[in-house]
Amino acid sequence: MRKLEEMSTNTLPAALAEIVDDFQALTEPDRLQLLLEFSRGLPELPERLKDHPELLEQVVECQSPLFLTIESEKNTEVPNGPRAYRLYFKAPQEAPTTRGFAGVLHEGLDGLTAQEILAVPDDMPELLGLTRAITPLRMRGMTAMLGRIKRKVSAASRLEH
Amino acid sequence: MSYPVEQNEKFASYANPERLVSTEWLAAALADGAIADGKLVVVESDEDVLLYETGHIPGAVKIDWHTDLNDEVTRDYVDGAAFATLAASKGISRDSTVVIYGDKSNWWAAYALWVFTLFGHDDVRLLDGGRDKWIAEGRELTTDVPTPAPGEYPEVERNDAPIRAFKDDVLAHLGNPLIDVRSPEEYTGQRTHMPAYPEEGALRGGHIPTAASIPWARAAAEDGTYRNREELEALYLGEAGLKAGDDVVAYCRIGERSSHTWFALKYLLGFDTVRNYDGSWTEWGNAVRVPIVKGAERGSVPAAFASN
Repeated sequence: MRKLEEMSTNTLPAALAEIVDDFQALTEPDRLQLLLEFSRGLPELPERLKDHPELLEQVVECQSPLFLTIESEKNTEVPNGPRAYRLYFKAPQEAPTTRGFAGVLHEGLDGLTAQEILAVPDDMPELLGLTRAITPLRMRGMTAMLGRIKRKVSAASRLEH
Repeated sequence: MSYPVEQNEKFASYANPERLVSTEWLAAALADGAIADGKLVVVESDEDVLLYETGHIPGAVKIDWHTDLNDEVTRDYVDGAAFATLAASKGISRDSTVVIYGDKSNWWAAYALWVFTLFGHDDVRLLDGGRDKWIAEGRELTTDVPTPAPGEYPEVERNDAPIRAFKDDVLAHLGNPLIDVRSPEEYTGQRTHMPAYPEEGALRGGHIPTAASIPWARAAAEDGTYRNREELEALYLGEAGLKAGDDVVAYCRIGERSSHTWFALKYLLGFDTVRNYDGSWTEWGNAVRVPIVKGAERGSVPAAFASN
């Protein structure tokens, strides 16, 4: 497993860094249990998106159907500051691993600025210490999920003034 | 001591009815206390490593194909010592009746059953319809993880030859029946991976010369149960052209979908010699100088490879 020191955690937003720490402090079975808790904690889509599946994009690299989208909103903490990005995910209950990854990204990145989200290293999923318990295919799915979020945030942030 | 075999009309038409149990049968066996007194061990084996934890059949233990059955370093299955430790820890003894079920119409359950068979476990059965059928019927689920009394399992040397084919075996087999259970797009070579499984691909697309294309899911009905004997015969004897007594090799991408077909050919239709080529397309499609056919036609074996 990769150690924290080998990858710069300075670039991880505080909430995500905390999640990574939590995973790293655990044994492998407990890490899976924690991922399961994240799968349970993934919020439902808001009504306006529920009725509009076409507004979500599928991340085809995931083994189970996973759809996501982002929206930006006015920064409530810093007036006239950079916009805050909200993340929305949809994944079936019978795909707990995929949901768990989505839950980690939601809790770690929701509401952050484009700069903060874009600074997350692309291989951040490897920091969770799940690469032995979870097949390489699934790890790639999570990496693809993060990549898709970053691409969408990057595109949207170019429109910010 | 084996648990009694289920008797019903559908199963009775199969070559080995004792290899399947229905959800009704399992529910009755559970109500009977079969798990509690250790006669029966129910195993869930899914693609998703966390699915069992979201809810499973009461008393069922979990075996994960990736972390439990695959060797961590070599592309192979665990050895006899590791299998004995695993089985014992799940409350399985050498003479236990084991019923396996899982997600996706039992892909991974059939794969686990095939691995149990590599170790010569005598009484291992599949729950017809798997996890989805059990849930669709509104049957009981629990998140309680059982702590079974350890089983007694000897170290058994794996016996691969009867049911497992390696690449060289397949080369020597060319000219004899092969069943390709992947999607039509993978068979023709349009795709080098499954629609929803990119990256687990191969450098070349297509199929092994002369292989018949029978996607695995065609052996399953809407509810995930196996099709009845007549339907299976139409598929494999009719469409694929297999004949009684044929020596058959089935393959897919890594050997999990073809385990589902292997089960149908071996136990439901009763072919004596059926081997699963677990190297499958992720090996063949990356191997140097093995013959490949592209397109929808089965093709023929190139002269240089025609050994018989």
